[in-house]
Parts: sequence; C-alpha cells; structure tokens
Amino acid sequence: MTALVQRYGGALTGIIIALTAFWLLAMVILPNLILLEFSFRPYIPVDQMGGPNDHYTLANYATFFTSPIHLQIFGLTVFYSSVVTLICLVLAYPLAYFLAKVSTPRNAGTWFLLLLIPLWVSEVLRSFAWSIILAYQGPLNAALHGLGLIDKGIRWRTGFNGVLIGLVYTYVLFMVFPIYNAIQSLDTNQIEAAQDLGAPLWRIHWRVVIPHAKPGIGSGCIMVFMLSAGSILVPSILGSTTSRWFTEIIQQWFFESVDWNTGSAYAFLLLVLCTVFVSLMMRMLNVRLVDIAR
Amino acid sequence: MSEDVQLSHVCVDFGAFRAVDDVDLTIRAGEFFSFLGPSGCGKTTILRMISGFIEPTSGEIKIGGQNMRGIGPNKRPTALIFQNLALFPLMTVWENIAFGLEVRGVSKDKRKARAEELLRVVDLVGSGDKRISQLSGGQKQRVAIARALAVEPKVMLLDEPLSALDLKLRQHMRSELRAIQKRTDVTFVYITHDQGEALAMSDRVAVMSAGVLQQVGTPADIYNQPANGFVASFVGENNRVPGKVVGLENGMARFHTPAGLFLARLGPGIQVGSTAKLYVRPENARLTDAVEGDNNVPLRISEVAFEGSFINIHGHDAGGHAHIVQMRNDRDASVPAVGDQRGLTFSPEHAVVLADAGARP
Repeated sequence: MTALVQRYGGALTGIIIALTAFWLLAMVILPNLILLEFSFRPYIPVDQMGGPNDHYTLANYATFFTSPIHLQIFGLTVFYSSVVTLICLVLAYPLAYFLAKVSTPRNAGTWFLLLLIPLWVSEVLRSFAWSIILAYQGPLNAALHGLGLIDKGIRWRTGFNGVLIGLVYTYVLFMVFPIYNAIQSLDTNQIEAAQDLGAPLWRIHWRVVIPHAKPGIGSGCIMVFMLSAGSILVPSILGSTTSRWFTEIIQQWFFESVDWNTGSAYAFLLLVLCTVFVSLMMRMLNVRLVDIAR
Repeated sequence: MSEDVQLSHVCVDFGAFRAVDDVDLTIRAGEFFSFLGPSGCGKTTILRMISGFIEPTSGEIKIGGQNMRGIGPNKRPTALIFQNLALFPLMTVWENIAFGLEVRGVSKDKRKARAEELLRVVDLVGSGDKRISQLSGGQKQRVAIARALAVEPKVMLLDEPLSALDLKLRQHMRSELRAIQKRTDVTFVYITHDQGEALAMSDRVAVMSAGVLQQVGTPADIYNQPANGFVASFVGENNRVPGKVVGLENGMARFHTPAGLFLARLGPGIQVGSTAKLYVRPENARLTDAVEGDNNVPLRISEVAFEGSFINIHGHDAGGHAHIVQMRNDRDASVPAVGDQRGLTFSPEHAVVLADAGARP
C-alpha cells in the first residue's frame, strides 16, 4: 500500500483502489448477492410478494436435491467437464513444451499467432462451424471417406461427443498458455542436467518438467473445467438429443419457466459444487492456490 | 575408473560461424585438464560436445577409445556440472544426489544409503533432507559435485562451476575440487576464463582463443613458455614492446623497437626479419635510474599501487603504452614517486619475442 502510494502518488492510488473496489463490488459481488437472495425466496405470483408467503426458504435448493434427473445431469456435467479437461491437458502439454523449449523464440511467435487466429472469430460462429464439420454428410466424413479411411459416415454428434469436441476446441488454449508460461520459466539446464544424469525423456518430464509446471497445469485445469462446466453455448449448439448440460437446466429455469428463484439456486449450486470439486481435486493432486497465483 | 578423451580434428560450425576450429588433443585418463580462454572462445562448446549436447560438425570424439558420434548425453560415461549447477529445486538434497541412481532403477533404500555416502565425501553429512533453497552457495556446489559423482562417471565435465562464488569460497573450493579429483581418480575436464583457477588446479591447461587451440601444456609451461602473444597476454600480466627482429646474438634475438634495441629469447616461429612483440612479465622487470641505452624502456611513473607483499609500479612509455613493474615489498626497496622518470629493464633470458595469436590456419 505504501509502495503503491510512493509509486503513483495519493490521488492516482485512490483512483486505482476506488475503481478496483467498484468493479469488485458493483460488477461481481453485488449481482451475486442479489441472486443469492433470490435463491432463498419462494417462486410466487407478484401479488403475493411481501405477503405472508414471502419468507426465506430452502425449497429451491431442495428442488435440485430431490430431482434425480437434475442430479444426474449435474453429475454428467462434472464428469464430461473433467473429460474435457483431461483431453485438453493431454493435447496442451506437448504443445506447450514444444513452444516453450523446443521452438526458437521467433518461431514461437508465429505459432502463437496461428493458435490465436481462431479466437478472432466469435465462439458462436466457431460452434456452428463445428456443427457443420461434424454433420453426418459434412466435410469431415467426406474427407475421411475420400482418404479411404472409412467406408461409412461416422455419427460424430451422438451422446456427448459433439459437446466434448466443441468444448475441447473452444478451451484448449486456456490450457496451453498457463502451461507454456510455467514451462518457459524452467531453467533449460535442469532438463539437460537430468538428461546428462542418464534420464530418458519420460523421466525428465515426470520428475523435472511436470513438477515445475504443476502450478500452470493446475490453473489450466481449473480454467478449462470451470469454463466447460459453465458453458452454455457449445452444449446448446453441438449437443445431441441425449446430452443435457447443467447450464441448460439453469437457462430453462430462468427463461422458460421464468422462475428466477430456482434458477438462482441452481446457478449457485453449480458455482459451489464446482468449487468444492476443484478444491478436492487440488487437494488430491497436492496443488495449492498460492502455487497457481504464482 | 577413469577414461581418456580424444578430440580428433574437431570442428563445430553454427551457421557461418566456426565456434571450434580443428581442435586436436588427448585428455589423459585421470588427469585434471582445463580449457582456459575468454568468453566466446569455444571452450563451452567443447564441453557440451564431450557431454553429448552438441555433435561436432567434423572430426570425432572418443571417450576411452569409443567413438561417441550419435551417442546421446544420457548414454555417455560423462557427468556435467553446470555453470549455474542446475540442481532440481523441487527435490531434496538426497533426491538430487540420487537422481542418477533413480534413473538406473536402484531401489530407494540403496539410493538413500549411497546419497549419505556421497554427502560424507563432499562434507555435507546431515543435509540430506534439506531443500536446495536452504543451502549456501558453497553447499550447493558440493551437492552438484555429489550428484555428478553418484553416477560414477569416467569423465567429469565442469563448466565454470566456481564463478558464482565469492573469492574466499572460490579459493577453498579450488583445493576441494582438486582433492576430490585425486581421491576419486576421475578425469576432470574443467572450463574457465579464470587463469588463476586453471593454473592452480590443473595438471595440464589448453589455452583457446577464437575457437583455436593456442597452447596445451602444464601450468608452468603455459606461464613460463607461452607459445604466442595471445597466451602471453591472457595468462598473467605481460609488458609488450612491438618491434622487429633484426639479427641474432648468441642465440638471442636482437629486437629493434622505437625505444631502442633489446636482447630477448626467440619465441616459436620467429625468424630474423619477423615483425613481432617482445614480452616481459612485471615480476621479471626492474626499474633503473638510467633512462636510455639498450634493453631499456624509459617510463614516466603514473601510479604506485601497494598490493601488500608486492608493489605494482605503473608507467607509460614515450608512445603512451602502459607498462607494469612488480617490486617485492622489501624494507630497502626504493619506491619511485608518481611523475618520476625511470627505465624499465630486464635480463634477456626473462624476455621473449613472440608472434601474435596463432591465427586460423
């Protein structure tokens, strides 16, 4: 705080703090508090609001825990978000290692540009593009057929497959960048030292690179998991008749049932339960929040 | 235990730049061998080549008679100690030391026992469970040595490992390294730009400049019989007087310079008519009151530096070139004052006429 005042002077420091506080309070905390308040109120007709029936209740939360379908959808959402996270990790780690330690810094710039160009197109368009690519008579099947790899078209979008493909595609970069940053800060001499002591490639990664990159892997996993579990666009565009994502249920409460109270409760449950899940995973993998903030 | 290292006509090119140029030498088994040279002279490239991180562009490297081409760093009988040590900060001290054994599939109990043994060798008993960040610079140094010794290398490669230490510790670690080398009987190949280190520790020294080997010899050879001007100026101090060999006298060169005529030993490859430089070490030079005549460089004293056991007298000749004369700090030494005129003189056998650095062939 003193350092901040010394660097920017009293006035500027005040402005910086005031803006940060405003952003946190007005844009993050307050809307959430309002929703939280909503979630404990019953869903009643307007004319009964403020009346004897308008008292705090846990009924909205009970709706979730007494609905086997919603519980199942939540479980599937967490499960498939984990699968997305795992696939992203498997794809991103080698790529991040390549960018950080194998390619020259100049080439890495080109690679980054190529990786980022797809982000210039909106997520909606990209998801629709995938729904065309993955269509039964779409370009992917045509290409595979043309190459003689398949005789018959593959139904890519059965079950959760379309959602998985779409989510991995949309969020894989959120895994690449933190891991890239972490690996880049590793002293290349350590990799060479391990090699010099006789370590084969897998052991260098297992004992030297991955332990060093763990904070990056941790924050990448958290980001991809939370974004996937909270995604509404990809599941609604690329989902199949049998894939239901928990965010779609929330959306239904808000916009189809116009029951904001239960919707709020569900939104909070998603937040809380995902947080609990992530904390458990962090505990299990021995990653601390401090490491991630590093 | 140890093996020799043969470098046969080794060249390394980085694009158009030739980093190592036709280096041809044999490092003997059990020897403490140093490569000495300024930064960018190619010495680190040689080390990385022996350890397997770089392949020579041409020529070959043999360790214990076995050609190393195509053999990766993890398959060579060498261990490298990095300039920044490259200890694994996320492992404990003993895990660091035992890493090479872990790689070789040694069981945990045996690894730990061996690490304890090595901690004793490097005088760090009881530090096995510490984190690397808890160690001092000198202790880290020892852990790095122990980690390298754990894999029982035939050849130990050291890349300026003492450069990060303070002076006192550096001097202590010099004798320590030397003792460990004698005790383990492993061939040590040591890279440094610090001539003091190279001279004090090595059995033999190779002096390098611009990728070319300038001279290979014992520390005494390098210091007393430099092969060329580069070695003479890089290793220790030397006063230089440019001129031309005009004749011979009792096997000595008659050397003509703007400051007059000098007699000095003939360096390798110097003939009558050669344009060269005369080199005389500060400790072999004397000051006289005479400021003319043969074997005499007239000086104007510019600085008198008291160094303790000796005194360095700095002066400039008529052409503005700096010279140094080193005097022992005797009670009866007559120390000149700044601004005095004196002559720098020496006996002919203490001076040598040398060509400049051995250029690329």
